[in-house]
Amino acid sequence: MITSIQVLLTAFIIFAISRAFLRFREKAITAPLFIFWSLIWTVALLVVLSPPITSKLASFIGVGRGVDVIVYVSLVLLFYLVFRIYVMIEDLRHEITYLVRHIALQKSSKKSSRPLSSSRKRGSKK
Amino acid sequence: MPDHKRDVKATIIVPAFNESAVIHKVLKSIPRRVKGLSRIEVVVIDDGSTDQTAQEAQKANVAIVSHSINRGLGAAIKTGIEWVKLNGSDIAVTFDSDGQHYPKDIHKIIKSLITQKADLVIGTRFALKQKIPKDRKVLNWLANIATLLIFGVSSTDSQSGLRAFSKKAIDLIDFKGERMDFSSEILHEAKRHHLLVKEVPIKAIYTSYSRKKGQKNLNAIPILIRFLVRFLR
Repeated sequence: MITSIQVLLTAFIIFAISRAFLRFREKAITAPLFIFWSLIWTVALLVVLSPPITSKLASFIGVGRGVDVIVYVSLVLLFYLVFRIYVMIEDLRHEITYLVRHIALQKSSKKSSRPLSSSRKRGSKK
Repeated sequence: MPDHKRDVKATIIVPAFNESAVIHKVLKSIPRRVKGLSRIEVVVIDDGSTDQTAQEAQKANVAIVSHSINRGLGAAIKTGIEWVKLNGSDIAVTFDSDGQHYPKDIHKIIKSLITQKADLVIGTRFALKQKIPKDRKVLNWLANIATLLIFGVSSTDSQSGLRAFSKKAIDLIDFKGERMDFSSEILHEAKRHHLLVKEVPIKAIYTSYSRKKGQKNLNAIPILIRFLVRFLR
């Protein structure tokens, strides 16, 4: 018997997977990132359609209830994603600074048309 | 290290953000002749100021490099170092634009760099007995502890704005920190490249203006977070 919350969540998950696929097709996200999000949403779909899976997992890893497993895993995942986003923002800041520096040096002297010796080259990560 | 027998040029890098009130006076106070040097050049890195900083600096007849938007002290210092690499100099000195440093200390740190054959000389504000606000003492002490714990480098003044770099240090030191976190990173880079680091006591001039313009106490938290993220990434 499928409940209304399961229908709603399933619809949302299918929508999320479709958005990930569209982004991948537009080349806005890479293949590994598309696979990552597809896996996350597929696991979520399995849990929504078959909640006893979480209870089995909970007893396997020694957590009281199935819903607790979902909360713990979600929290860890969210913390990790926040960390990745923070790193990504830092990278963007460095890219902006590199451009600002390059333009400033170019304006100040003709000599500075030489490439900067900085490790922060566009598209490179250190 | 610079060779004494040939011409030795030094560049004073002055990072500035909205310092129109004092920049001209500070630039005028910088010595243009130092024993042992054939030439001193001053470059102001205007870090996206929204006031008349660049115009005021221009009056002092110095080179000016302007960031189109504000990128932070570390980013401005790095632009200065890049400018030195492009224009050639044997020594680079960083000097705050808020009037916190005593101009004659430039002689001291350059002398130490040359005579002690050091690669990096840090002007330390805590070696001399002088009036330093308590909150600054605590903040610097915490920054020194963080530098020791995170980078494994011991310094009595890891956040000092008065430093001198040898040609070797100019070429080798490459830091990513764009805000105040770059100071500790410079020390870490010096350690990584096995550079000789020396500390020289300097005077610190704390006025209500420099206190207002200087590092904010609450900035310590984001600086620490940035250190950790760079460590964990």
